[in-house]
Amino acid sequence: MAAVQGGLIDTEEEKDIKTEPSSDGCGNNNANDGRLHNASPGTTSSGGSNKPAAGAAEDQQTLLAVLQFLKKNKLTESVEILRREAGLSEETDDPKGLESSGAGSGGVGGNADAGSGDANSLLSRVSVSSSAVSAASAAPAPPKAVVAEDQPDVNVVLSAYSQQGDPALYDVYYNGLKRFIETVLDCHRAELSQVFYPLFVHMYLELVYNNHENVAKAFFEKFSGDQECYYEDDLRILSGLSKKEHMRGNETLLDFRTSKFVLRISRDSYQLLKRHLQERQNNQIWNIIQEHLYIDIFDGMPRSKSQIDAMSGSLAGEAKREANKAKVFYGLLKEPEIEVPLDDEDEEAENEEGKPKKKKPKKDSMGSKSKKQDPNAPSQTRIPLPELKDSDKLDKIMYMKEATKKIRLAPETLPSICFYSFLNAYQGLTAVDFTDDSSLIAGGFADSTVRVWSVTPKKLRRVKSAADLSLIDKESDDVLERIMDEKTASESKILYGHSGPVYGISFSPDRNYLLSSSEDGTVRLWSLQTYSCLVGYKGHNYPVWDTQFSPHGYYFISGGHDRVARLWATDHYQPLRMFAGHLADITCTRFHPNSNYVATGSSDRTIRLWDVLTGNCVRIFTGHKGPIHALAFSPNGKFLASGATDGRVLLWDIGHGLMIGELKGHTDTIYSLKFSRDGEILASGSMDNTVRLWDALKAFDDLETDDFTAATGHIHLPENSQELLLGTYLSKSTPVVHLHFTRRNLLLAAGAYNP
Amino acid sequence: MAEERRQKQCSVVLPTESMKAMAESVGVGQLQEESCAALSEEVSYRIKEIAQDALKFMHHGKRRKLTTSDIDNALKLKNVEPLYGFQSQEFIPFRFASGGGRELHFYEEKEVDLSDIINTPLPRVPLDVSLKAHWLSIDGVQPAIPENPPPAPKEQQKAESTEPLKVVKPGQEEEGTIQGKSQGATTADGKGKEKGLMRLKPRSTHELSVEQQLYYKEITEACVGSCEAKRAEALQSIATDPGLYQMLPRFSTFISEGVRVNVVQNNLALLIYLMRMVKALMDNPTLYLEKYLHELIPAVVTCIVSKQLCLRPDVDNHWALRDFAARLMAQSCKTFSTTTNNIQSRITKTFTKSWLDDKTQWTTRYGCIAGLSELGADVIKTLILPRLAVEGARIKAVMEGPVVSNIDKIGADHVQSLLLKHCASVIAKTRPLPDNVEQYRADYGYLGPMLCSHVVKARTQAALQAQQVNRTTLTITQPRPTLSVSQSGLSGSGGPRTPSIIKVPSSLTLMSPRPGTPSQPSPPATKYIVMATSAGAASTQQVITLSSSQSASPVTSTVPSATSTLQPLVKLESGGGPGLTGSRPLQKYIVVSLPSSASSSLESKSAMLPTSISSLEAGMKMDRSDSPGASTQSPH
Repeated sequence: MAAVQGGLIDTEEEKDIKTEPSSDGCGNNNANDGRLHNASPGTTSSGGSNKPAAGAAEDQQTLLAVLQFLKKNKLTESVEILRREAGLSEETDDPKGLESSGAGSGGVGGNADAGSGDANSLLSRVSVSSSAVSAASAAPAPPKAVVAEDQPDVNVVLSAYSQQGDPALYDVYYNGLKRFIETVLDCHRAELSQVFYPLFVHMYLELVYNNHENVAKAFFEKFSGDQECYYEDDLRILSGLSKKEHMRGNETLLDFRTSKFVLRISRDSYQLLKRHLQERQNNQIWNIIQEHLYIDIFDGMPRSKSQIDAMSGSLAGEAKREANKAKVFYGLLKEPEIEVPLDDEDEEAENEEGKPKKKKPKKDSMGSKSKKQDPNAPSQTRIPLPELKDSDKLDKIMYMKEATKKIRLAPETLPSICFYSFLNAYQGLTAVDFTDDSSLIAGGFADSTVRVWSVTPKKLRRVKSAADLSLIDKESDDVLERIMDEKTASESKILYGHSGPVYGISFSPDRNYLLSSSEDGTVRLWSLQTYSCLVGYKGHNYPVWDTQFSPHGYYFISGGHDRVARLWATDHYQPLRMFAGHLADITCTRFHPNSNYVATGSSDRTIRLWDVLTGNCVRIFTGHKGPIHALAFSPNGKFLASGATDGRVLLWDIGHGLMIGELKGHTDTIYSLKFSRDGEILASGSMDNTVRLWDALKAFDDLETDDFTAATGHIHLPENSQELLLGTYLSKSTPVVHLHFTRRNLLLAAGAYNP
Repeated sequence: MAEERRQKQCSVVLPTESMKAMAESVGVGQLQEESCAALSEEVSYRIKEIAQDALKFMHHGKRRKLTTSDIDNALKLKNVEPLYGFQSQEFIPFRFASGGGRELHFYEEKEVDLSDIINTPLPRVPLDVSLKAHWLSIDGVQPAIPENPPPAPKEQQKAESTEPLKVVKPGQEEEGTIQGKSQGATTADGKGKEKGLMRLKPRSTHELSVEQQLYYKEITEACVGSCEAKRAEALQSIATDPGLYQMLPRFSTFISEGVRVNVVQNNLALLIYLMRMVKALMDNPTLYLEKYLHELIPAVVTCIVSKQLCLRPDVDNHWALRDFAARLMAQSCKTFSTTTNNIQSRITKTFTKSWLDDKTQWTTRYGCIAGLSELGADVIKTLILPRLAVEGARIKAVMEGPVVSNIDKIGADHVQSLLLKHCASVIAKTRPLPDNVEQYRADYGYLGPMLCSHVVKARTQAALQAQQVNRTTLTITQPRPTLSVSQSGLSGSGGPRTPSIIKVPSSLTLMSPRPGTPSQPSPPATKYIVMATSAGAASTQQVITLSSSQSASPVTSTVPSATSTLQPLVKLESGGGPGLTGSRPLQKYIVVSLPSSASSSLESKSAMLPTSISSLEAGMKMDRSDSPGASTQSPH
């Protein structure tokens, strides 16, 4: 499914890019060519090979196969349509041809206006399955070829399951394998045990598909208990699925069918398995392994049970090794306008006599700038970033001033925590965000409202109406003050506009805008000057679970139930990039501090890191055992922390693509994670009403002394959660929804009090 | 690889009867058994699908409970029209019924009387969302403020005292260290956790930090000092502060020693103050008091039955103290009595024994009767009513016999009114109607005629009250989640440590709420304590003020506002104790008039009122004539 979905989205995205220059001349960030990221979703696809290169021969072959199939089923009309279009595609013989055929046959016109764009993505689910159909129907041909089909016919997707042995023998096969694996040498057993789960699932599905309902049930009853407990959620879904008809449109099933389950097994173990299966003539199992599993073979010592457990748990197995090989520029961008603010500051300082103090931060900041040769940092212009406005510069100066007063945190000097409780929030608080300078707090509620509070004595004011504004003396010094309407001053403002619970909320770095994403499928941009809605970004059509502004403003990312993360710019009504590849809902989205990457966490229990420039997925992190609800980048951009419903925090090294730590302690879903300003402390907030502080420096230190076995991806997680845990602070029946470190390293926490 | 066996869910399917019933409801008469089976499987599968999607919405809504709106959203996701009209305040709106071997879940639709709705005053507008800030941690240490959970929850204190040897759990250890903030000994900071699962006797810290010592000093001084405002503040602190458990041994020793000394010195005022401290301690929902009952109960009992409590027994109102202490005693019986400690029966025995003794003085006699009658209607019925005749004879001997001493006479007088007060209400409830004076005389001897008139009065009052109660309950028992939440803010996980508004008819003084947390834009917790500072009534005069109102006996329920030297407090408490009576927060009006007839609201139970034990169950019933001094002051 991933491959196909990727393909479809490609087409749509290409359209976007084509239309952009015409629709709004500001094409500053489609400097990259469409071809490049057109290929990108392909890399995430099951086959792992890029189709555009596949060439005409393969395409032809596929088409022929489809034609044959259609003829066989007497779908003459479709045959005709396909012929006609295949003719076209044969001529053009490039992805564009595929696109046109895909769009055309999908029932969506090729015209690329906004409306059809929406419709297109709306239909993407339908057509996904349709094209998956064709992919499967072309079973003899290479399955990577993407061909569009006329009518979605799930039967065909599943037809791969049609070859079958005697259903009664499934038990025997499975048991035989089980016995074999139980008797192999200990060192191989853990590795080979990985095979059980995917095998179990596919055997079960085959049974169901072939209408052996009772056998399937018995099979499930018998062996589901053997599976690892972290697959429980998926097993529950599977258990409900007991009829062939149910397989139609079941997303989980499609995921299993269309994406190969990835296993990492050492060569020795693999040979062992292969030999066993061949000796026993166990073709049934061997077929499944061949067709539905992707076995990533490596040379070297087999991994231990704990090593495997640490990495497994995702919907589609572990990440392939090559998926994490791409180079990631995780370094920070150099602060661009150092000199300017310092000059400004000096001028101000001369009046204030605070001069000597401010020299120091200058040196500090200079020191940090000397890192600009950081080989890991992307070039300054890799992503076109918005120009800094004067107000931004002032803000930077403020930031630096505050930074000098920052408390140095360490295990001995823990931060103070100020807890903001939302009282009377019967509407259900669903999302919270603080501005970077901690002056405003915004809450999203289940009753569709967004509320903004001022945390400082400064009240929130609207800009005056146009008529009143025309009366203002524009030359006066305090014009910025005069444009505000004093009558509207209040501690909080309510923003109405959404028609469903608000699940994600994010302030722009300059505090002028607020983003909110909602169940109604839109992302809205609000002005914090007028407290009104400026834009409603449509495209998701399904609930949007999370959204976040880029640290440099202008761009933002959103992700939701439709499994696609979208990158937007505030002045474009259509997304600039679409990141497809997750196999289930995208539950949280975060920007890398250098704005060049975004991380998305998903219900498929993986985290993906996407390159904003190319649209490629550059990292896939597996290891969580539940949907991921919190992500946080370390301030230096090197590390990523993630929290999930399983109550564990995992730490990742982005550069090496490795898991480097596991923090156990929470007993419920982790909804928020935040690093302190200098990255010494990691704070985590959870549904279990606690805020926990972890020694991040130590967690990362241990790793750096460790020699990387990056080549194999084998990890040894130190069991040191208890040592790293610096503090646990229980609140009074208030789940911790958001955490934020102020510029002075005071930790702010927020949540709704549930009496 | 073998994990623990899981429940098999794949066989869970709706029964085919449901399908039939549903088909009938939409007019499909005869549905084949096979189609029923097919349908039910299909429907079960779809329901499971929707439930799974609904779970997503629950997770993103940051809740633990699935609501109907989640299901609506899940349906929308599938492009299905949501079910309108199933929004409910309760999470599961279905009721359960069984009978005839069938179990049924149904959606309850009550018949609503329109006139009820029209006559009911509008519920208050729900309060708007507001933000409140507090310190969860200061430099890594969690401050013990009401906004934070108690550092050592009651369960833990209990566990510590009942099972001194226990497995050290990291979590508790952690909390312990956080709580013991400035104790050098305990700041091992989690090092103790490494001991793992050893069975240890937990460290009990006997030294108090400097801050705690200062606090202790301030509080005890304020409690027995002369400034009434300070005392109120101190008592409030004792009753609400969640971090007191380390000081509890000191407090209990302070009280018991104080009582011992002051009984000897006959210092009535101090005894009263100490009893108020006991009450405040009992009011604090975070304290596990059981451990210190051996010190507190003797002190309280002393204040009930001591022969002499004041220097001038003929003038001073030590009766009020006895009443108050008796009420405390009854309260502690109710809360702390278990089958192992048998407090109630032991106390009852003690009282009865000394009451039966002929040589017992009138003061002690009064105390015994007060103590017994506070224990409830049953005790009155079984222990007091049978002895009314004997007691009446004794009173008669004093009242009508030769003048013995003034003190005896006063004592007898008080005993008489006490008996009348308590017995009348019980008799009114139990005795069949015709109230014949002669009959009463025959049954109860000397006290009979007076008793009869009191019973008549009680009956008419009960009738009158029934109407009023009817009306008030209508307004009061409305579930008002809004109110309790809004006012209480972060208060009590254990009990309603609600902000209380205490009104006094005379002069008012506003005391500021508890000192602040970080700067906050939102309105601070509404916590007002309004106290009476009656004109000339201070420290020593207090004693006299009590006496004056006492003579106005609680039975008649006259309001002492006219004299107003008493301090009647009307406490408006709203709160739903989580554990109690379901989730429906009741609004309670607890009328406290201190100290002439102090009441106390323990946990979130109702106040102990002189005659209504039944009020325990229904907090809202108490009002008006049940309690003295309330009828004109009740806040509605």
